[in-house]
Amino acid sequence: MSVIFLLIPLSILFAVAFLVAFIWSVRSGQYEDTTTPSMRVLLDEKVSTKPRSSSDTSPHPNPK
Amino acid sequence: MAAVPIQGVNADWTATSLPPESRTNDQSPAACLHCGTPCGSGGLSHEGRQFCCAGCLSVFELLSENGLADFYQLAERPGLRVAQTTTSDRFAFLDEPAVRARLVDFSDDKLTRVTFHLPAIHCIACVWLLENLFRLRPGVGQSQVNFARKQAAIAFDPARVKLSEVAALLASLGYEPELKLADLDARPANPAARRLWLQLGVAGFAFGNAMFFAITGYFGLDAFTGPQLKAFIGWLNLLLAVPVVAFSAADYYRSAWASLRQRLLNIDVPIAAGIVAIFAQSVWEVASGRGEGYFDSLCGLIFFLLCGRLFQQKTYDRLAFDRDYKSFFPLSVTRLGDSRRGEPQTDSAFRTRHSALEERVSLSQLAVGDHLLLRNGELVPADAKLLAGPALIDYSFVTGESEPVAKQPGDYLYAGGRQMGGAIEVETVKPVSQSYLTLLWNQDAFRKDKAESFNALTNAYSQRFTKIVLVIAVGAAVFWAFVNPAKSLKAFTAVLIVACPCALALAAPFALGSAQRVLGRRNVFLKNPFVLETLAQVDAIVFDKTGTLTAAGAGSVTWQGTPLSEAEERWLYSMTRHSTHPLAVRIGEAIARQHFPQPVRSFLETTGCGMEGQVDGHEIWIGSAAWLESRGVCSSGRESAHSSIQEMEPTDVGCYKDIGTRVHVAVDGRYRGCFVLASALRTDTDALVARLSQNYELALLSGDNERERERFRALFGAGAQLQFNQSPLDKLGFIRRLQHDGKTVMMVGDGLNDAGALKQADVGVAVVESVSAFSPASDIIASAAMVPRLAEVLHYAKQSVATVRAAFLISTVYNIVGISIAASGNLSPVVCAILMPLSSVTVVAFACGMTAWLGRKLSGTPVTDPARIVSPQRNAGPEAGAPQRLETA
Repeated sequence: MSVIFLLIPLSILFAVAFLVAFIWSVRSGQYEDTTTPSMRVLLDEKVSTKPRSSSDTSPHPNPK
Repeated sequence: MAAVPIQGVNADWTATSLPPESRTNDQSPAACLHCGTPCGSGGLSHEGRQFCCAGCLSVFELLSENGLADFYQLAERPGLRVAQTTTSDRFAFLDEPAVRARLVDFSDDKLTRVTFHLPAIHCIACVWLLENLFRLRPGVGQSQVNFARKQAAIAFDPARVKLSEVAALLASLGYEPELKLADLDARPANPAARRLWLQLGVAGFAFGNAMFFAITGYFGLDAFTGPQLKAFIGWLNLLLAVPVVAFSAADYYRSAWASLRQRLLNIDVPIAAGIVAIFAQSVWEVASGRGEGYFDSLCGLIFFLLCGRLFQQKTYDRLAFDRDYKSFFPLSVTRLGDSRRGEPQTDSAFRTRHSALEERVSLSQLAVGDHLLLRNGELVPADAKLLAGPALIDYSFVTGESEPVAKQPGDYLYAGGRQMGGAIEVETVKPVSQSYLTLLWNQDAFRKDKAESFNALTNAYSQRFTKIVLVIAVGAAVFWAFVNPAKSLKAFTAVLIVACPCALALAAPFALGSAQRVLGRRNVFLKNPFVLETLAQVDAIVFDKTGTLTAAGAGSVTWQGTPLSEAEERWLYSMTRHSTHPLAVRIGEAIARQHFPQPVRSFLETTGCGMEGQVDGHEIWIGSAAWLESRGVCSSGRESAHSSIQEMEPTDVGCYKDIGTRVHVAVDGRYRGCFVLASALRTDTDALVARLSQNYELALLSGDNERERERFRALFGAGAQLQFNQSPLDKLGFIRRLQHDGKTVMMVGDGLNDAGALKQADVGVAVVESVSAFSPASDIIASAAMVPRLAEVLHYAKQSVATVRAAFLISTVYNIVGISIAASGNLSPVVCAILMPLSSVTVVAFACGMTAWLGRKLSGTPVTDPARIVSPQRNAGPEAGAPQRLETA
């Protein structure tokens, strides 16, 4: 049963890691705005390179 | 009586009160791809797509050239009409070092970061476009949108892009940055919220772990492991509790100390005493090896208290409750070059010269005697004299007056009016800080803070509570000192520990915080939850008339004069169809019936005067009395329409409003009569007044003259005070007199002329048509649609406060049980660990459950997320459609 004297400090260390992560997330401002990120996940990262025009004749001025 | 201005076709569609169906019926069905405005005859076609104006087309071209055409996939017609072409120098004042330094968040050689408030942000496509801003302009870096606050933080390279160019880029896309005088004051960040999150995190961490370890003791695990584990866990929990007591609970000691120094007992005094007592007792127990202490209960208690604090901290970021004139005025104005000052003003000279010499200056640099150019939609920044151009001033913010007022050169213009129509030139007469409008803010009412009554309910209860607990604790100690001296000290601390008014302190924040949310979903926004306490005590209600009880643009249109023949009515209808002026639109709707419009020839609209044209061979003139008179048509029975405006004194800005606005008509040079456009009461106002008058003393204050006294006397009944011709200062004084008579006063108003009264009243309710519109400083911001529901809101406030009282009762029962155990000297950590969280959780559940359940009976459509309420012009369509559109895109 004396292994509990080792396990408890280990579990505390584990929990402290999460506490540190939480403190970091607050400090970096992640709790300032909780609305916009929920919209941002719906947006595609990459931007389409082809113009929306159906008559795709003009070359794109800003090719990647 | 007010003269009737008829304005050119520059009236913005969004600004008129057109119902949506008339938009689609009157216009061709093609809607602009960019902004959704009906294209009409002036529309442009580009590659098979329709645009309403060159501005929208150029935004489309800019976006598609840079690969940002996905904007149009994210939402249906997501764009904003670009109201005016942005000239590069419009934002030049932003590059002034003093202005720039105040606005930017951070700046060095390589990177500058600025946060702009962009009121136009309204949908998911806006977020996307603004966060892709760097693709449109080299030198612009990352940008991040805060949707709820309608802000965009933009980083850019100051060597390649100037601040003014960033602002101009945003404006050219339709996201005009809102730059207000108040922005120049330091904007506080929000460290308080961050600190609370950290405190809560630390307390929650310690609570969870301490409870976990303490359970071993409760279940007698030390029978297997020996006394070492008990001591080990005791020291471990002490270690966990130290940061909680030192950091998380710090605000309670501070508040308790501040309260004691004022010789008061607020709720934080017993809380702080309890925390110290528990901690001291526990440390002594652990150190002396007698037990494991109450650290788990202590951490839990502080955790629950902080949860309550977080709950009551609900703020509506987008709404400003503490606005003063600074948030009303813009940051800069267009000043005309000094060299031409004093020249005779002729219209043509005015037009040719104002292009060359204008410069943008910040408002703080404005001096008396400066000549300013005000374009359509710009504010008069200081009391000024009109020099050139027919002015059409909209005083709706200042006075609640709904119709713009025509002004002639030489007239005095008060600060706060908004120019509608063409550009005008004015000369400032007073400095900004001494203008009529700003004088109001120098009143005492604006200096004192109403926060003193903050949390009064809980504090009143805790006064008695603390005294009783102290008596019981001392009594128990004295009793045990005689019976069993070993138990004396333990009983004393045990009473303090268990009586720690955790549940008591939680009742008000949770009940009122939950009620604040319920009301917020119905577009009634409270400055803080404790406004409800004052709201429940209100016994006198004062209404402003214009804009509050009456709604602009919704009243009846009546014809005065010999009745119109059907043919005449058709001619007038045909004429009004050619104008977008709000008055013409309202008249057109009123006489529409089954008429088909007839062709109108040589139609001409003169801004601020009226319109003329030929229908069916008849010459029709529709416009102000003065305009008709200038053409030799005398309107019989016309009162001096203009004198009342020109002779307006600084004390009675609100007096020029008549019972209704008149529009005069002449056919073939002969006067025919006039339309009277009356302001109408909001729907259900009579029911509201009838219901409120049973329980409250009612009063009506109006800046208008007395013509509608009889109408409101009938509505309010004989007992109510009706005051007309009230200046803003009169209104403030009236509230003060009521308070002097011992009344708790609620003021309901909308305009800046009510600002003093709103601030002075115990509860000031600002009524707004759209939540994002400007409103004066207040305790509550309520959507106009909720005004008829005011009686229910007041009733709900009373119910919420009753809920708090009931929650007090529940926590008292817990305390009686706990204290009787403690006073008998038998309080064990297990009892404490069960009793304390149980009492907290039941009180919180009761408080939130009751207010939510009572809130369900409130009428009014709940909005799911208050952050997403958008102004009526921009309904939720694009947002709601966005996710579905994404799948197909």
